[in-house]
Formats: sequence, structure tokens, C-alpha cells
Amino acid sequence: MRQKNRSRYLGDLLIYLAIIGAALWGLRIATTAQAYNWQWYNVPQYLYKIHEGVVYPGPLLRGLITTMQISAGAMVIAAVLGLLVAVLGMSGSRVGRILARGYIEVVRNIPILVLLFLFYFVVAPIFGLGRFASGMLTLALYEAAFAAEIYRAGIEGVPRGQREAAAAVGLTRAQQMRYVVLPQSIPLILPPMTNLAINLIKHSAIVSVIAIFDLANEGRNVISETFMVFEVWFTVALVYLVITTALSFLATGLERRFARSRASARAR
Amino acid sequence: MVDAVSPDRPLAVELRGVCKWYDEFQALKDIDLQVRQGERTVVCGPSGSGKSTMIRCINRLEEHHGGEIRINGESVELYEARPHLIRQRVGMVFQQFNLFSHMTVVENCCLGPIKALKLGRAEARERAMHYLEKVRIPEQADKYPSQLSGGQQQRVAIARALCMSPQIMLFDEPTSALDPEMIQEVLEAMIALAEDGMTMICVTHEMGFARTVADSVVFMDRGEIVEQAPPSEFFTAPRSERTRAFLDKIL
Ligand SMILES: Nc1ncnc2c1ncn2[C@@H]1O[C@H](COP(=O)(O)OP(=O)(O)OP(=O)(O)O)[C@@H](O)[C@H]1O
Ligand SMILES: [Mg+2]
Repeated sequence: MRQKNRSRYLGDLLIYLAIIGAALWGLRIATTAQAYNWQWYNVPQYLYKIHEGVVYPGPLLRGLITTMQISAGAMVIAAVLGLLVAVLGMSGSRVGRILARGYIEVVRNIPILVLLFLFYFVVAPIFGLGRFASGMLTLALYEAAFAAEIYRAGIEGVPRGQREAAAAVGLTRAQQMRYVVLPQSIPLILPPMTNLAINLIKHSAIVSVIAIFDLANEGRNVISETFMVFEVWFTVALVYLVITTALSFLATGLERRFARSRASARAR
Repeated sequence: MVDAVSPDRPLAVELRGVCKWYDEFQALKDIDLQVRQGERTVVCGPSGSGKSTMIRCINRLEEHHGGEIRINGESVELYEARPHLIRQRVGMVFQQFNLFSHMTVVENCCLGPIKALKLGRAEARERAMHYLEKVRIPEQADKYPSQLSGGQQQRVAIARALCMSPQIMLFDEPTSALDPEMIQEVLEAMIALAEDGMTMICVTHEMGFARTVADSVVFMDRGEIVEQAPPSEFFTAPRSERTRAFLDKIL
């Protein structure tokens, strides 16, 4: 058993090494072909600057802050809007159900880039919205459609008898939802919601195209000034990776915690 | 033995010509049923005969499509938009217990009183403990449903329903999901309730319970009430051939 584990571990290691080797080799070919001049030592000043003992964020970190602001705002709106759409879609009202279904289908079947342009050039002028608001709202509208599906699956994952029992003790429909169904659907909703947040952060790079200076756009700017194409894109990718990986660890942790509390509730 | 109910008591539940369809399929055909206040009615019949559908129409978990249902003399149509007001007066116990799994036993019992009846926490808790004692599991008050046996869960479900101080209690096969050794403890809780004079409609195949407790036994088949009689007649001299065939099978 132990022997087998070790040999599998060794096999995995060899595969990793082979992949990294291949990547480095490809990189070497690419850089030598362009006679690439590596300047890693120049990268930190674009992340942060120290002036008279005080640390200031450089363009890349400022971009990251913008990315996080847009993502956080969009996530909150998407979470609320998604719940509204989900509840509307499961309501007794036929019109409500059609509206919710229509919204989800339309949003899911249009590329987010097109959605962004539609919003920025068509909707935003009507309401006098700026770039930042347009970017944030487009992301929110887009992810809300997926959030609604997550809520729906979570709510439908709670056995029907729970809702009937809540009805039977005289609760209104809204109370049945609030006190019985939603609390029990949280363990089903949280893990996919964290994945949605990860996707949202990645998708947020698209706001670059309406001249919002997020992390990806700042990266592009730095490159156009310095021509450090490889270093900057590697750095930008790494920053995204750190944020999303941290979130996905959180998701795994949550999943495990809920799985454990369910299991121990059963065992007790 | 529980005392019989005098026939001049007012009607608690009254069904007249009640019909119900699931698409093309007619689940209830022209159902007539009268239950007086304090009366205990047992409903039996083969699987799929419409027993659950009938009692779920009474507390509006299902809608009926023809005929009339009255509770304490009031038509349920008056409450079409606010069925929760009916359910606050008509308690229900389910075959699968359906305890709220994210709440402790006492929280299960307090939810309805606090949210629907707007009782204070202390008062709701006191009431919960009172009924948990009645069903004889006050010591489990702070456990979660998953930590209890089936019989205990069903007794909590009965206490939870009673905490709403209902005027009528509906039971949908409360013992058929239980292991045999747990059936008795649930039946005892139901018998105690009957002795207190609760109006009860029980779907059950526990014929011993029907004999000791019921004022009236209803036999349903294929969406119809085939026969209704006091237990003494129902078990010894069933009028219908279908009733006889059914009794032969389950007794
Ligand atoms: N939601 C539903 N949709 C369609 N048909 C249904 C639905 N609920 C019940 N039925 C049908 O209505 C008939 C009566 O069902 P009901 O549950 O009332 O029977 P029952 O007498 O309670 O049976 P059991 O002893 O199995 O609980 C059955 O034939 C069933 O298939
Ligand atoms: Mg049934």
C-alpha cells in the first residue's frame, strides 16, 4: 500500500517536471527568437514604490484594487439579484416565472463582451452611468443569471416535506422560505457560489475594453511603456492566481466543514 | 376507551361533493365527510385511494376543484389568499415526520408559535416544553432531529403541531414509516390526545387504534368514500364488498 503510494507520487512528480521542462523550453525558444531581454528587476517598481519610507501602490497594485472593487461590488449585486431572480422563477406567478427564465436564457447566451458593449453604449447613457458603474453592473447582471441557477438548485435540494411542514405550522410562503428552506439550502449554495466569485474575478478583466484601469489593463499599459511583455503578463497572471486560489481554498474548506457538520449531526 | 361524541356538537370539518384532479386523473370523486368537534375519524383504504389527498385538501396543502370544504362552519374559499390562517388552526402530522433538520427539537416546536402566532420566546418555549412532556420526551428538547429515533421524531412532530393550539389535528399515516417496536409509543401519544377531546382525522391502518379511539371509520377506494361506520359496525359487519376484501387483507 505504502509502496504503491510512493511510486504513484514519483510518477506524478515526473509528469510535473516534464510539463515544467516543456514550458521552459518553449519559453526559451520564444525568447531567443525575439532576442528577448529579461528585466525582472524592473518589475517590483510597477507593483509598489517606496518614497521617503512610505509604501505606495504602483500601477499593478492600483489595478488590482480596482479589480477587487469591481468584483466585490458585482458579487454583492449578483448575489442579491440572483436570489430575486431565483425566487421569481419559482413563484406562483406565471409572468414572474417567464421573466426569470427569459432573463437567465438571454444573459447566458450572449457573450459577456457583447453584453458589456450593449450596456456601456446603450443602457448607461440613458441612466447617466459612468464606466466603473457600467463594468460593475454588467458583470453583476451576467453572474446573477448563474447565481439564480445556483440558488434554484440549492432551494430545490431541500426536501419538499420541509416546506410542507413549515406550511403546516401556519407560516406564510415568505416565512417558509426564510426560516426553513433557505437556511437548509446554504450548505448547498455556498460552495458553488464561491466558484462563481472566482469566475467573476476572472471575467472582470473584460472591463479593460471600456478603459477601466483594472489589473489586466494596467498590465497592458506597463507593457506599452516598458516592453516587458513576459514579465508583466507572468506577474499579472500570478496575482490573479493567488487571489482565485485563496478563494478556492476557502470553498474547499467550507465544503468540508458542511460535509463534516452534516456527518456528525447524523452520527450523534 | 374514549367517550363517544354526542351528535349535536357543531361540525368541525365538513366536505361536500369534493372533487380533485391531477391533470386527467381524478383523485377525489364527490367526497362527503362530516367530522364533529371532538370527534375522531379514522380513514383507511388501499394505496393510491386518495386518503392523503383528502386530508391535504382540508389544510390547503392541496387545492380542490369542485364541491365545498368548511372548517368550523367557514368555507376555506374565504382563505384562498391566506391559507396559513387555516393551517394555524388545523395541525398536521406527516408520515415522514418532516422535522426541521437544522433546528433542535424545542426550536422545531417554537417556530410556528413565534413566527405565526407572534408569541414571545419565553412563552413559546414554555408551551413547547409542556407538549414535549405530554409526548414524553422533554429530555430530548435540545437535540437535533437526526439524533432521535423515528418514534421520538414522530412524537416531536405531534408536539410541534400541538404547540399551535390547533382545533383540529390531521394525521397522515403517522406510524407507517416506523419500526414495529416504535409504533406503540406514537399511538399512545395519539390516544392521549384523543382522551383530551381533540378533533382528529387519522389516516392509518392501525386497526387496533381505530377500534379503541375512533368514533367513525371511513373506507376509501379509488378516490371515493365507499363506507363510513362506527368501528363496532365497520369491523364486524362491513356493508360493501370492497371493504370486506380490504379488511381481509389487513387484519
Ligand atoms: N402530485 C401529484 N401528481 C399527480 N398525481 C398524484 C399526485 N399526488 C397524488 N397523486 C395520485 O392521486 C392518487 C391518490 O394519491 P394519495 O397520495 O392521496 O393516495 P393515498 O391513499 O394517500 O395512498 P398511500 O396509502 O400510498 O399514501 C394516486 O393515484 C396518486 O398517484
Ligand atoms: Mg398517503
